[in-house]
Amino acid sequence: MRPPLIRQPPTTSPSAADDTAFSWARVAEELGMTPDGPVNIAELAVDRHARSAHAGRTAFRFLNADGSRRDLSYRELAGLTDRFGNALATLGVRKGDRVFVLCGRICELYVAVLGALKIGAVVSPLFPSFGPEPIRSRIAQAGGTVLVTTTSLYQRKVVALRPMLPSLRHVLLVDDLGVGPLPDTFDLPTLLQAAADTPAQVPTGPEDPALLHFTSGTTGQPKGALHVHAAVLTHYATARTALDLRPGDTFWCTADPGWVTGTSYGIVAPLVLGVTSVVDQAEFDPTRWIAILEGERVNVWYTAPTAIRLLMKAGPMLFAGHRFPDLRFVASVGEALNPEAVWWGQDMLGRPIHDNWWQSETGGIMLANTATRDIKPGSMGRPLPGIAAHVVRHVEGEPVSLIETPDTVGELALETGWPSMFRAYLGQPERYRACFAGKLYLTGDLVRRDADGYYWFVGRSDEVIKSSGHLIGAFEVESVLMEHPAVAEAGVIGKPDALAGEVVQAFVVLRHGNAPDDALNLALLAHARQRLGAAVAPKEIAFVSALPHTRSGKIMRRLLKARELGLPEGDTSTLAQGEEK
Amino acid sequence: MSQQQERIRTEVLAIVKRLAPEVDPARIIPDKPLRTQIDLDSMDWLNVLASIHEKLGVNIPETDYGKVVTLDGIVAYLVERLPE
Repeated sequence: MRPPLIRQPPTTSPSAADDTAFSWARVAEELGMTPDGPVNIAELAVDRHARSAHAGRTAFRFLNADGSRRDLSYRELAGLTDRFGNALATLGVRKGDRVFVLCGRICELYVAVLGALKIGAVVSPLFPSFGPEPIRSRIAQAGGTVLVTTTSLYQRKVVALRPMLPSLRHVLLVDDLGVGPLPDTFDLPTLLQAAADTPAQVPTGPEDPALLHFTSGTTGQPKGALHVHAAVLTHYATARTALDLRPGDTFWCTADPGWVTGTSYGIVAPLVLGVTSVVDQAEFDPTRWIAILEGERVNVWYTAPTAIRLLMKAGPMLFAGHRFPDLRFVASVGEALNPEAVWWGQDMLGRPIHDNWWQSETGGIMLANTATRDIKPGSMGRPLPGIAAHVVRHVEGEPVSLIETPDTVGELALETGWPSMFRAYLGQPERYRACFAGKLYLTGDLVRRDADGYYWFVGRSDEVIKSSGHLIGAFEVESVLMEHPAVAEAGVIGKPDALAGEVVQAFVVLRHGNAPDDALNLALLAHARQRLGAAVAPKEIAFVSALPHTRSGKIMRRLLKARELGLPEGDTSTLAQGEEK
Repeated sequence: MSQQQERIRTEVLAIVKRLAPEVDPARIIPDKPLRTQIDLDSMDWLNVLASIHEKLGVNIPETDYGKVVTLDGIVAYLVERLPE
C-alpha cells in the first residue's frame, strides 16, 4: 500500500517565494504592464524576447514524424508573425475579426495564431480531427472571416462547407499535397513572402478579445468561451506556480492547440516565459515519446491521463535503459489522475505526476499539486496563488450557499476576477449569466475538499461526456445522428472506459421500416464519423426500441446511462408516464 | 504481391472498414502513413490493433508502433509473423 502523501523535497523553485506575496498587480508589473496600458499576448510572448539578449533562443523545436527537425528562434518567430499579421491586414482583416486555424502541429499553426493576435484579431484554433459539422457550426457561430488550414484538410472537410459559411472571406492554405493553388483560396507561403516584414502591431488593451475556445455542454450548440489579452497574466503566473517552468527550460506540452491546453500552455505560457517548447508532429507512439523525453532533455512535461495510461499499459520494459536526469517536473490535466498514475511517474520517470484542474472557461490552471507542496495522489491539488475556490451547494431554484464542512460533495466555485476568466459565451449571454452566482463562477464540476484544503474530483454536475480529457456535447452528436433518414431519435452518453475515461455511446431508435441490422449500424457509424470526425463521433451505436424521456419530452440521458451500466436508476420522478422500465 | 500478402491486406482493410466504415479502401495510398489519410483517433487506432490481435492472432506491442505506420508496413509486419 502506497502512502497517501508524497512529500516534496525543500525546493529552490522561484515560484515558492511568490506564494504569500502574490498579487495580479505584481504579475502585471513584472511583465512591464501599466494599469490600463496596452497589452498584447503576442507582443509579450514573442516580440519582447526578440528584442532581448536571448532573441536567438529556440522558441519551438518541431519534431517531424519522418525524424527531421526544425528549430525556430524567438527572432525568427517575430519575423514570421509580423509577416502573417501584415498579410492579414492586407486582406482587410481588422481588429476583432475572427481567425480560425485548423491544422496539425505544423509551424504555420503557431505563426498564424500569434500573427493574428498581433493585429488584434480573435483566434480560434480547431482540433484537426473535427469533422465538417463541428467545423461548420463553430465558424458559423463566430462569424469567422479567415481560416488557415492545409490543402488536405480543406479538401476533405471544408470545401463543401464554403457555400454555408458566407462570413468566411479568406481561406489560407498550406499545400501539404503539392497540388498547387485551389479556387477561392490563398497560398499561405506566397502571402507570407509578399507581406511586409515591418512590425505588425494593432494596439490592444487588457479587455480586448484575443482567444476563442469552444467547449461543449449537455444541451444546445457548443459554447464559444471568449478570452481577453489580459489572460496572459494567468498564463504567465501559472506556468511558474503550477508547472514550475523557468526561463531557458525545455518544455513539452503534449496537448494539441485545438484544445485549450494546447493553446494556453502549448503556445502562450511557455513563450511568455522565454522557454523552448518541443512540438511533436507525429501521432502518439510510446517508444517515440520516451525517446523525446530523454533525447530532448525535457525539463518540464505537461501531459494528459489518457497518454499516461497508454504508457502504463505499454509496461515497464519500455522504460528499461532510459533515464531522465533533466526532467524536473511532470504535470497532467484533462481529468482526475488516479493515484497509481502519480506513483507510476515516480517509479518510471523519477518524478511524481502533479495533477491539476482547469477548464476552457477558466483560461488557465486554477487548482494544482505544485512543486512546493506535498502531493496527495488522486487529488487535483489546492487553489493556486491569486485563485479563491469554494465548494458550494447549487440546487436549481435555491440560493447558492458555501459548504464549509470538509469532505462534503458540492460544486466547485471560483471567486471571479482572475485575469483569464472567460468574458462571454459568444452570442449566448443567457448561458453565460447562468454560470455565475454573485461573485462566484460555478464550474459544473462536483468536488470535495478535505481538511487540508486539497480538492478531489467527484464528477460532473451535468451530463457532458469527457473522452480523453475533452468535453463532448451529447446534443451535437445526437443532432447529427438524427439527420440520418433511418433515425427517429438518438440519445448519447459517456460510457466508462479504462483508457479514455469515457467513450461516446449512442442509442438509436429507428424509423418504421428500417431493420436494426449490422449494415445499418455501420452506415450510421460512417455517417456520424463523416459529419463529426473521429474525435466526436460515437464509438458504439446500439439500437433500442425507445428512449426514456422526462414529462417535458427531454431524453433522460442519466437514466439511459444507469440502465446501460446496470446502476441504480435514482430519482425517476420526472420520467414520463408509461416509460418505467 | 503474394497470395498471403493479398489475404492479409484484405483482412486489415476489413478491420479498418469495420471501425471506420466511411473509408474507401481504394483511396488508401499504401506507402503513406495511414492515420494521415483516414480519420482514426487514438482509441480507433488501439481498436484496430486489438482487432488484428483477435482476428489474426498477432499482438503488436507498443515498441513496434513505429513499424506499423503505413498499410504496407502493417502487411509486411504481419507476413513476417504469420505462417504461410
